[in-house]
Amino acid sequence: MALADALLELADDHLVLGHRVSEWCGHAPMLEEDLAMPNMALDLIGTARSLYSRAGELEGKGRDEDDLAYFRGERDYRNILLVERPNGDFAQTMLRQLYFAAFMEPYWTAALESPDEAVRGIAGKAVKEMAYHVRHAGEWVIRLGDGTEESARRMAEAVEELHPYTGELFDEGTGDAALPSRASMRDEWEATLKNIFAQALLDWPGEVVPMAGGRHGNHGEQLGHMLAEMQSLARAHPGVTW
Amino acid sequence: MSGEIPLWEVFIRPRNGLAHKHVGSIHAADEVMALQAARDVYTRRGEGTSIWVVPSAAITASDPDQAAENFEPTADKIYRHPTFYDIPEEVGHM
Repeated sequence: MALADALLELADDHLVLGHRVSEWCGHAPMLEEDLAMPNMALDLIGTARSLYSRAGELEGKGRDEDDLAYFRGERDYRNILLVERPNGDFAQTMLRQLYFAAFMEPYWTAALESPDEAVRGIAGKAVKEMAYHVRHAGEWVIRLGDGTEESARRMAEAVEELHPYTGELFDEGTGDAALPSRASMRDEWEATLKNIFAQALLDWPGEVVPMAGGRHGNHGEQLGHMLAEMQSLARAHPGVTW
Repeated sequence: MSGEIPLWEVFIRPRNGLAHKHVGSIHAADEVMALQAARDVYTRRGEGTSIWVVPSAAITASDPDQAAENFEPTADKIYRHPTFYDIPEEVGHM
């Protein structure tokens, strides 16, 4: 069923990014961010849980959120490459967050009109969370870009590193009539990003060689390491609970 | 590093109709970041509907050395408490 597959793609985006962001827990540069990062991670993982549950329900094979998150291998994951990129430095983490959230905010806004009730429910919660992620990450990008010589250099390097992965945000993937068209988010995404880049004194990149393949299960080497760590407990102790 | 980042005092209003109450302090580079940090640190469990942040440096505090002259003279002036008249039963809770 197309909707189940499309929801699985979305769920993988959210879980993988949520796990990546959670890796900052205990390592953020200041206490305030050490709470802010897990807050954002939990927003994403919460959305992933709802999406997996709905996908499993539609699929009808009796797989629940844990089966889908912990018992699928790297090649079965359908997340875009952007979200699996390693955290790098704080500039890279914040830019990755901004790229993703600036896409998801209009996407969930459009999904409020979905004929699927579960999708509307997920969208209603996620749209507010994504609005905050855009603001939080955006303010950091502005301050790092228009900050010290070092922060400006690192911010520019983050753009160079991550911008090639943004094209995949707009690939329709499996898609479904119950979900918004991803390509139609491009204008709003670009407007949000260009506004922030202007304040951050960052140049908007010209043509970049696009990096894609995650939707087909072709991932970078880093995802396998991340999944190995994330899934090890559930695989060593199937059915374990707190 | 955090030594260079200004300190802010955080005030949260738990519900409409109640006053903002001091809950703690955070470090942030400016007022926009201070509001975000306050939100992330102090409202994670639904504590608030409104946040104020104030630069800690903007607060003038009473001198602990003057505590005796400031506060102790009120201790024996119990007539300032409104407890010297009876409220009729019918008035109920005031």
